[in-house]
Amino acid sequence: MSVNTTILPRSTWWRRVSVVDLYLWAFRLAVILVIVWGLVGTVRAARYGGDVWVDFVIFGLSQGAIYALIALGYTMVYGILRMINFAHGDIFMVGAYTAYYAARALFQRGIFNRHPLFSLAVVLAVAMVVALVTALVVERVAYRPLRRAPRLVPLISAIGASFFIEYAVRGLYGSGFQAYPEFEIFKGEWTVFGIGILRTQAVVIVSALILMTALYLFVMRTKTGTAMRSVSEDIEVAALMGINVDRIIVITFAIGGAAAGAAGVLYALVFKQVHFFMGFYPGIKAFTAAVLGGIGNIPGALLGGIALGLIESVAPILVLDGLGIVAPYQLKDVTAFIMLVMVLIFRPSGILGERLASKKA
Amino acid sequence: MKRLYTASALALAVLLAVGVFVPTSPAATVGPVTDPIGVVKVNRGQPITIAYWMVVAGPDASLGIDTRRGVEIAIADKGRVAGFPVRLIGEDTGCNAEGGVTAATKLAANKAIVAAIGSNCSSEAVPGAPILWKAGIVTVSPSNTAPRLTAPDRGPDYGGYLRTAHNDSVQGRVAAQFAYNKLGVRKAATIHDGSPYAEGLANVFADVFSRLAGAGSITAREAISPTDTDMRPVLSKIAAGNPQLIYYPIFIAAGGFVTRQAKEVSGLANVKLMGADGMFSPDFWKAAGDAAKGMYHTSPDLSAAALGPEYVKFLEKHQKRYNEKPLAPFHPHAYDAAMIIFAAIEKVGKKDSAGNLYIGRKALRDALFATKGYKGLTGTLTCNQYGDCADPKIAAYQTISADPAKWNPGTDPKKVFP
Amino acid sequence: MTSIPRWRDTVRTGLLWGAGAVFTSLVGLVAALQPRQIITGVISGGHALLLVALVAAGISAARRYADAPRRAAAGALAGAIVGASVAALVLLARVVNLRAMIVGATPELFALLTLGRGSGVLPWIVLGAAGLGALGGLLTVLPRQVRSIVTTGAATLLGVGLLQEQVQLLLQSDRVARLREIVFTFDGLTPVGAGLVVALSTVLSGVWQWQQPKTKERMAALPPTRRRVLQIVGFAAGLGAILVLPLFVGPFFSQVLVLVGLYTLMGLGLNLEVGFAGLLDIGFVAFFAIGAYTVGLLTTTGPLAIAHVSWWTATMIAVVVSLISGVLFGLPILGIRGDYLAIATLGFGEIIRLLVLSDFLRPVLGGSQGVLSIPKPVLFGFEFRGPEQIFFLALGASAIIAFIAARLRDSRLGRAWMAMREDEDVAQAMGINLVNVKLLAYGIGAVFAGVSGAIFAVMVGSIFPHSFSVLVSINVLALIIVGGMGSLPGVAVGALFLVGLPELLREFSDYRFLVYGAALMAMMILRPEGLWPAPAQRRELHEEVARIPEGELVEAGAAGAEDP
Repeated sequence: MSVNTTILPRSTWWRRVSVVDLYLWAFRLAVILVIVWGLVGTVRAARYGGDVWVDFVIFGLSQGAIYALIALGYTMVYGILRMINFAHGDIFMVGAYTAYYAARALFQRGIFNRHPLFSLAVVLAVAMVVALVTALVVERVAYRPLRRAPRLVPLISAIGASFFIEYAVRGLYGSGFQAYPEFEIFKGEWTVFGIGILRTQAVVIVSALILMTALYLFVMRTKTGTAMRSVSEDIEVAALMGINVDRIIVITFAIGGAAAGAAGVLYALVFKQVHFFMGFYPGIKAFTAAVLGGIGNIPGALLGGIALGLIESVAPILVLDGLGIVAPYQLKDVTAFIMLVMVLIFRPSGILGERLASKKA
Repeated sequence: MKRLYTASALALAVLLAVGVFVPTSPAATVGPVTDPIGVVKVNRGQPITIAYWMVVAGPDASLGIDTRRGVEIAIADKGRVAGFPVRLIGEDTGCNAEGGVTAATKLAANKAIVAAIGSNCSSEAVPGAPILWKAGIVTVSPSNTAPRLTAPDRGPDYGGYLRTAHNDSVQGRVAAQFAYNKLGVRKAATIHDGSPYAEGLANVFADVFSRLAGAGSITAREAISPTDTDMRPVLSKIAAGNPQLIYYPIFIAAGGFVTRQAKEVSGLANVKLMGADGMFSPDFWKAAGDAAKGMYHTSPDLSAAALGPEYVKFLEKHQKRYNEKPLAPFHPHAYDAAMIIFAAIEKVGKKDSAGNLYIGRKALRDALFATKGYKGLTGTLTCNQYGDCADPKIAAYQTISADPAKWNPGTDPKKVFP
Repeated sequence: MTSIPRWRDTVRTGLLWGAGAVFTSLVGLVAALQPRQIITGVISGGHALLLVALVAAGISAARRYADAPRRAAAGALAGAIVGASVAALVLLARVVNLRAMIVGATPELFALLTLGRGSGVLPWIVLGAAGLGALGGLLTVLPRQVRSIVTTGAATLLGVGLLQEQVQLLLQSDRVARLREIVFTFDGLTPVGAGLVVALSTVLSGVWQWQQPKTKERMAALPPTRRRVLQIVGFAAGLGAILVLPLFVGPFFSQVLVLVGLYTLMGLGLNLEVGFAGLLDIGFVAFFAIGAYTVGLLTTTGPLAIAHVSWWTATMIAVVVSLISGVLFGLPILGIRGDYLAIATLGFGEIIRLLVLSDFLRPVLGGSQGVLSIPKPVLFGFEFRGPEQIFFLALGASAIIAFIAARLRDSRLGRAWMAMREDEDVAQAMGINLVNVKLLAYGIGAVFAGVSGAIFAVMVGSIFPHSFSVLVSINVLALIIVGGMGSLPGVAVGALFLVGLPELLREFSDYRFLVYGAALMAMMILRPEGLWPAPAQRRELHEEVARIPEGELVEAGAAGAEDP
């Protein structure tokens, strides 16, 4: 937006600044002012003790880890195919919901709490397999025929797939809520460095880190990962180099689906409810997180997710409360989206920039 | 091409100015009945058509399905009205205003409908009930609780609207009084989810409670979105104000999250939790799990003691027909709504020599509004001039076991007030 | 000639349709259609659905083969497989308690599938299925014209049977009461009625098939002036028909048409941004909300009123407010491109919705209780009371705005948008001021949506924030693409199909979205250029879309591309 000023003499900079630039600077200034004003207000009111702030941060981290997990799948598919997989949130839901039945079966036979790690493994496996299969079916039916179509056509197909999956699950499993049985070993808190953190939250954060590392290493170090990166770089050249593009795309969807399934189980672990519509908003939030961090970028997905979670948890209390706004948590999505727009104005390709392929120093 | 455009624009303008299409006014005298609004004729051997407009699809479907089942059981119980069978048709409303408008419009277009039962959500009834009444169709709502719909200043558009559900101004008041008098609470916080129902209830509670306990007794009035999953930040914020009770009259999904997470937020370990009828169902226990133990609800009084043996019989019929317990608390209100409609039809319907039935619409409406001392499932119904028919028995319950298989309003959750 | 692999494909087709039938049954769609009698006492909705599936399986399996006996055999095989899959489901349900997991596996479903007679009847069902499949196969043998007559007849029968409530609504007046009673019972068609419907539709279809080529020739042979006159007369007749429509179809259909009109208005606006200018805006509902709230706050008789002006003035003000808000929204996101733009605009849409819902702005905007008591517009003493009158409002607005959109498309601004859509950098290099052009796109698109919101406010009479969710934006996006991106008649067609049709199918509301989702996917795969595409899009898309040689898709796609 702003014009390069190195060639022309400095004294005429004011001639090259347009109305738009002025508006953008005013916009940024206004947002920063509001933030500072809110911060000051909060600090002065000093209503919350230090440990409460720590709690907010922990909540933000764990919620952010969940967004990050879902965002990983989104970002991988986007990096390869350049398409927004609208149905990803619903793949997450399908995995979690189907695994509920496995969990319930285990619970009814008493195995659930006697062998918790085994049960967790089974539940995870079921969720990941179901999510993977669903992702592959969706790819085959809704996306493959449209690979060369202009960008909006697969998007609409994805939207259709999303509705279809949601209401198919509603038809199959019913429209009520199902409650996941609880793991006894995950109840309660651990104390880390004197801070109490819920066990489930800790598990989610650690899992997000593990999954991200695993995916990153896979994409960077293995042969298939390299193939994926080359396909994301330029699909036609990759095909010319002898890479079986269809197979790579299938693998990408499979991994993305499995990640979504795992995310679903972890979500269920923390929130303990599944419902046929539960994938819609987390899907949108995960997409926001992926864009925030830089879409197509795996560490970016993690970063974006954590950032989004933190903003949603901390910003209302930090800023909005200080401004005297009633019921600030109603507006937490507003803060998240304004932050997103700010990031996109400063860095149009997200915090860490886009591309699965390019390594960041 | 230009001439085409101007020609069509002119034609349009003329027709727009002239477009006075007054809907054909229904006959005022049909058969033996004269009625200023209209008359419904039901031929001999044909059924009487009753319509429902409820939320039977989408995420909130359990509310509408529950009330529809109440009506279905009423029809099965009644058998024949004035010797005619009853047929039930209906529309889904989706719990939003346009859904209510479209459903009401579709029903209003069907001249065979004698009366309607619905809606569930107040946002549907506000635009929808006038549409039905303009077509002369009277509607009795089993679960609208917004005070506005039966307020004295509601206007003549709502002349055909009644309800057998309680008024939220009553429920909020009972909740506040219960908290102050019985639980001894002096500081409370509220959470609503942005729906007109929850916000209205939370406001009534806050008003009454602050009048009882004095200024500053409401430490926080928070709001969330119904799709939120992480309530911990809001709860932490509330915890900082040290309330003794949190009143969150929201729905099952968000309510489940709040209940579970309240136990996980430091500072809220000893806080009492209270919800309202939107969460009063075994599904909520499923959603909240053990965290719901010991929490309170306000809801229509569904205990056998209050509703009597008739309600127990109703539950048996429900179990036999649908193989599950009721999904929401408004089925008896729907049953009563259907029954008072049938009673009114029998009162004003006239038959001619051929055995056809004629029902005057205004007469039906007047008969409904004149319902007095009707002994229904939910109590003794007497309709006032603004359409409030309910016998407002609101009770407070406490959850004992939180086991969905043991759901039995009155015993568990246990009725603790009155 | 490799016939063995072909049989394998047939088996696969059968399995696919079988899986589909099992899935549809388990999801509950078959059971949901069951109470609807297509022909009372003869065939119910659920069975009709299965029947159609069997015939369709037969048709799709038979296409590969050349001669009649093989086609019949292939159809029979596919049908048998479908029947066998359903039978397998029934048998499975006897062994495994499916109902614990799948709520749709009710005893009623299995009674339906076994025609109420228990599993002894299963072998006969497989046989019957084979027969129906063979029938489908034979259908493909018929000459094209006969086939289309038969399909039209069957489709009309099914359609009228399914939508019989609506059709009865149309026939409400007493004059046609006798006709109605002959043709319909409360639940479906009478056998006599069915016969009438089939006869009527096949005869009409036959006449059309017979006459069409001749009429086309005669039209082409006319001198240009006569043809012009005929076109104008046709156009005027169509216009006249639309204008008197509310009188004949009653309030419910008028209401549906008003909704279609509102979505058309929004579609025209989004079409400007997405179709012409290539700016993917998923937050479009924000402008709709702004228009509605502006009009609401300026005209309501309730406590939130800012002023009390007539609806016409309020709409003019809403236009200005929408324009300004469009520009204000556009400014921060000027530099963002592609899919990032999608999420940024989504964010803005959600921001507006949350703001109007919030407690924070409740004193001004009414919060969750909304803005109520919005009076209907009055023009020279004539009040637009009900949907029949508001229909004209929507129609007039659509006409004016479609006109504006068409002129814009052919103007320099429109060309600039299209250049920008194709490649922003090249457009800038050619001297197009991207900033102005983008801002105009956002602003004018916002104005169209604002007008739509203004009409929405008076249609409902009150405004609740829950009407402005992101699903509305998604709907509008879907309808302009299904209708044909960049094409103006396409917007109306898209609105008719994606808004009008689901409203008419409200009785199946549980499964409305399931079918909607499937329809979206099918549309994109089979006809990505939309239902009424702009000529440029159609050329682009039929070159570009890669068709992987998968039997059915190629057949269907090719057949579709041949249609005139």
